[in-house]
Amino acid sequence: MMELLQAIEQMGQSLLGVAWVPVWTLVKIVAIVAPLMIGIAYLTLAERKVIGYMQVRIGPNRVGYYGLLQPLADGIKLMFKEIIIPTGSNRFLFVVAPVLALMPALAAWAVVPFADGMVLANVNAGLLYILAMTSLGVYGIIIAGWASNSKYAFLGAMRSAAQIVSYEIAMGFALVCVLMAAQSMNLGDIVHGQQGKAGLFGWYFIPLFPMFLVYLIAGVAETNRAPFDMAEGESEIVAGFHVEYSGMAFALFFLAEYANMILIAALTSIMFLGGWLPPFDVAPFNWLPGLFWMLAKMSFVLFLFLWFRATFPRYRYDQLMRLGWKVFIPLTLIWVVVVGAWMQTRFWLW
Amino acid sequence: MSFDTLVFYLLAALTVFAALRVITARNPVHAALFLVLAFFSTAGIWMLLEAEFLAITLVLVYVGAVMVLFLFVVMMLDINLVQLREGFWRWFPFGVVLAAIMVFEMVWVLGSRQTVETGAQVAKHAADYSNTKELGRLIYTEYVYPFELAAVVLLVAIVAAIALSLRHRRDSKSQDVAKQVAVRREDRVRIVSVPSGKKAGPGIED
Amino acid sequence: MSFLSTLFPAYAEIFLLVMVSAILIVDLFLTNPNKTVTYALVQLTLLGCSMITVSTHQHGVVYLFHNMFVDDLMSDVLKMLSYLSVSMMLVYSRNYLMVRGLFTGEFMALTLFALLGMMVMISASHFLTLYLGLELLSLSLYAMVALQRDSAIATEAAMKYFILGALASGLLLYGMSMFYGATGTLEVAAVSDAITHGVPNKALLVFGLVFVVSGLAFKLGAVPFHMWVPDVYHGAPTAMTMLIGTAPKLAAFAFVMRILVEGLQPLMVHWSGMLVILAVLSIAVGNITAIAQTNLKRMLAYSTISHMGFLLLGVLSGGIDGYGAAMFYAAVYVLMSLGGFGMIMLLSREGFEADTLNDYKGLNQRSPWLAFVMLLLMFSMAGVPPMVGFYAKFSVLSAVVNAGHIPLAVIAVLFSLIGAFYYLRIVKLMYFDAPESHVPISIQPDSGLLISMNGLAVLALGIMPGTFMSVCAVAVQQSLLLH
Repeated sequence: MMELLQAIEQMGQSLLGVAWVPVWTLVKIVAIVAPLMIGIAYLTLAERKVIGYMQVRIGPNRVGYYGLLQPLADGIKLMFKEIIIPTGSNRFLFVVAPVLALMPALAAWAVVPFADGMVLANVNAGLLYILAMTSLGVYGIIIAGWASNSKYAFLGAMRSAAQIVSYEIAMGFALVCVLMAAQSMNLGDIVHGQQGKAGLFGWYFIPLFPMFLVYLIAGVAETNRAPFDMAEGESEIVAGFHVEYSGMAFALFFLAEYANMILIAALTSIMFLGGWLPPFDVAPFNWLPGLFWMLAKMSFVLFLFLWFRATFPRYRYDQLMRLGWKVFIPLTLIWVVVVGAWMQTRFWLW
Repeated sequence: MSFDTLVFYLLAALTVFAALRVITARNPVHAALFLVLAFFSTAGIWMLLEAEFLAITLVLVYVGAVMVLFLFVVMMLDINLVQLREGFWRWFPFGVVLAAIMVFEMVWVLGSRQTVETGAQVAKHAADYSNTKELGRLIYTEYVYPFELAAVVLLVAIVAAIALSLRHRRDSKSQDVAKQVAVRREDRVRIVSVPSGKKAGPGIED
Repeated sequence: MSFLSTLFPAYAEIFLLVMVSAILIVDLFLTNPNKTVTYALVQLTLLGCSMITVSTHQHGVVYLFHNMFVDDLMSDVLKMLSYLSVSMMLVYSRNYLMVRGLFTGEFMALTLFALLGMMVMISASHFLTLYLGLELLSLSLYAMVALQRDSAIATEAAMKYFILGALASGLLLYGMSMFYGATGTLEVAAVSDAITHGVPNKALLVFGLVFVVSGLAFKLGAVPFHMWVPDVYHGAPTAMTMLIGTAPKLAAFAFVMRILVEGLQPLMVHWSGMLVILAVLSIAVGNITAIAQTNLKRMLAYSTISHMGFLLLGVLSGGIDGYGAAMFYAAVYVLMSLGGFGMIMLLSREGFEADTLNDYKGLNQRSPWLAFVMLLLMFSMAGVPPMVGFYAKFSVLSAVVNAGHIPLAVIAVLFSLIGAFYYLRIVKLMYFDAPESHVPISIQPDSGLLISMNGLAVLALGIMPGTFMSVCAVAVQQSLLLH
C-alpha cells in the first residue's frame, strides 16, 4: 500500500512538477469527502433501520433490497424539489447559511487521522483546529434562523446558539484533559500516546472516564441531536432553524448534521478509544488494518447516537442549560486539576 | 513577489475591506458578520507569521464564542437604524482626523522598529517547532505574574457580573433540583380519612 | 519549598488573593444578613497583610518575577497606608451600607480585589503589571459603583466611570505601545536605560508620553480630564465614593512615580511641562468650581481635583523634596478625605443622605463634638496652620520654590486662598446657622471612635509632621536613587 502511494507520488511529481502538490491534495480531499458522503447517506438509512427495529418496526424496505437504495431515492427527490426563498428574508444570507453549516463540518476532517499516517494535514495544533472548526458550525444555524424571517426559525437559532456555546466550554475542557494526558495537540500523537502493551486498557477512556462521558454527551448536544434537539424541536417550534428551507438547501443542513455526527464519532474514537489501535496487540486482532478498527469504533459511537435518539425524551431547555453549566463545566474543571495532580504521581500509567 | 507576500496582501486587503464594512454596513447583523470576516482574515495573517496558536485561538474564542453571543444579542435587538446613524456626518471629520493620526503613528512606530533592527531577518522555524509550546513555556515562566493577574481580573469580572445581575425573581419558573430531590412524601400527599357509611345529606328536592 | 521562599517579597499579595478567594467561598455559606463573620475576616485579612508587609520588608530594592515586581521602602509604606485606608473605609461604611442592603460579601470581596489592584500598581516595575493592576482596581471600582442597582444616579455614575475609564486605559495602553515600539522593552528600568542611551525616534517617545500622561490625568482626575469626577463622586453610594477617593490615590501616586519618574526620567523636560498645565488647571478649576456646589460630595470631588493638582506640583518639581512632598501630600489627602466622607456617612441614616451643605447647618447645636471634628477636617483641607493639611501644602510649595518655579507657587497659593472659602463656609454653616432638622444623630461606637481619632490625627500630625515627612523622604530616596 505505502509503496504504491510512494510510486504514484514520484510519478506525479515527475509528470506535473510544481502543480503536483495541489493536484495530489485535491485527490486526497476527494478521497476523504466521497466516502464521507456515502457514509452520511447510509447513516440516515441505518438510523431509520435501527430506530425501526428498536420500536419493533421494519423501517424502509421498499427501495432496493432491505431499503438499500432508499438514501439514493431521498437524494434524488430533494434535488428535484424547489428551493423556496421566503418573502422578507435576507436573500444572500438565506442561501449562504446551509453552506456555512456544511463547510466547517467538512473542513475539520483535514486533520483527522484514519490510520497511522493516513491524514491529510498532519499539523501540530490539530486539536485546536478541530475545536475551532466545530465551533463555527453554529454560524450556519443562527444565520439561517435570522435570515428566514420566521419566528420559529429564529427561536430555533437562538436556542441553538446558546446551547452550542454552553456545551463547547465543557467539550473544550474535556479535550484539555486529553491533551494533558497525551502532552500533544497532534491527533496522531494522541493516538500514539494510547499505544502500549496494555491494549485497550491503555486508552484514555479509562483514566479520563468522566471526560469521555462529558465529551460524548456534549458531542450529542453540539450536533443538535436528540435528546438535545431543541434547535429543531418539532413539537414546539415545528422544525426550528430550517423550517423555511426546502430542496437541496435543506439537504445541506441535513448533510451537515450527519457529517458532524460522524466527525464527533471519529474524534471520540481518536481521543478516548485509541483511534486505529486494535483492542489487543495480539495475533487475530492486529492482522486487521488500522482503518478497520477506526471505522469499527466510529460505527460503535454512531450507534450510540442512534440509540440515544430512540431512547431518551427531549430535554427541557432549562434542564439542558443546567446540565451544561452546573454539571459538566464544574466536573470538567475539577477533572483538569485531578488529571494534573494524578500525572505528577507514580500512579499515572498512561 | 513570493507566494507568502501575495497571500499576506490578499488577507490584509480582506481585513481592511471587512473592517470598513463593519462600520459602514447599514444592518447591524451584517456589520457583525463582517467583523467575523475581519477576525478570520486576521487569523490568516497570524498563521502566515507562524503563530498558529494565536490564529486558531482567535477563531475559536472570538469567532466561535464571542461573536456568536454578539450576534445573539444584536439579532434580538430592535435597533432603529435611522436613530443610530444620526449625527454620523457631524462626527465624521473628527473620526477621520483621529484615524489619520493613528495611521500616521503606526507608520512611525513601525518605521522606527526597522531602524532599530536594520535588516534583521526573522528566522524560519523548523517543522517541529510548536508555537503553542513556546507560548505555554513563556506564560508559565517569565510572564507568570501578569498571567495570574489577568486571571484575577477575569475573576473580578465574574464576581462583578454576578453581583450586578443575580437577583432572585419570584416569578421565575426554573426548577430547583435540590428542592425536588429533598421533597418528602408528607409535603405532597395528604391522606384524608373520609368517614364512610353515613347516609348522604338531605337531597335538593327537600 | 525553595521556590516558595523566592516569592518572599510578594507574600502580602499572595496572602490577600488567597484570603479573598476564601472569603468569596465562605461568604456563600453564611446566612447572617449582617455579614459579621465576613466583615471580621476582611479586617483580619487586612491586619494579616500589614503584618506580612512589615515582616517581609527588606532593605533596598528587590525585584521578582523577572523584574515585573519590585519591593522597596516606598511600596511598603504606600501599601501600609492603603491597608489602613481600606480598613477605615470599611469601618465607616459598615452601618451606612447595612441600612441600604449593600453590605454584601461581594462588596467586601470587590473591595479587597481593588486593594489587590492597588498593591500590584504600587509594586509594579513593568508596564504590563502596571496596566493589569490598574485594570484590576478600576474594574472592581466600576462594579462597586453600580452595586446599588435600584438607584438611577448610581447606575449613571457607574456607566460614566466605566466608559471614561476604559477610554483612559486605552490611551495609556496606546502610549505604552509606543514606548515599546521605540525602546523594544516594557520593563520600567530598561525603558529608562534605553532612552538614556538614545533611541532613533525620540519624537515617537514624546508622542507616547502625551498619551500616557493623558491617561494618567484621566485616572487621577486632573483638569482637563476631570469630567467624570464630580458625577461619579456624587452618584456613587458614599461608601464607594470614599473608596474611590482615598486609597486609589496612593496607588495613582505610585503609578505616576513608576512610569514618569522611574521609567521616563530622561524625558522629564517634556513631561514636567505637561504636568505644569495639568496642575495649574486642576488647582484653578477645582477650587473655583467647588465654590458653586451645594452638594458636599460634589464639593469634595472638586476639592479632590485641586488636591491632585497639588500632588502633581510636587511630582513636577522633582528631587527628593518634591517626590517626598508629593507622597506626603497623597497620604495626608487620603486621611482628610476619609474623615470628610466618613462624616457624611455618619450623619446619614436610612433613606437620608447627609450630602447637601444645608444638612450641616447648626451641626454644633446637634453634636458639638462632631462639629469640632468636622472643623478640624475642613481647616486641614483648607490648609489652616496647625493642621496637617497646611504642612502638606507648605512642603509641596517649598519644593516648587526650590525647583525654581516661583510663579507656579504664587498661583497655587492664590487659588488655595480662594479654595479656603468653601471649606470655611461649612464651618460657618455648622457654627453660626440654625439647624434645619432636629433628628437625633445616632452613631455606632466604632465609627464614632474612628472619626474622633481621624480628626485628632489631622491635628496631631499637623503639630508633629516631622517623623512621617522624613519617612516619606527616606522611602522615596531609597526606592528611586538606589538603582
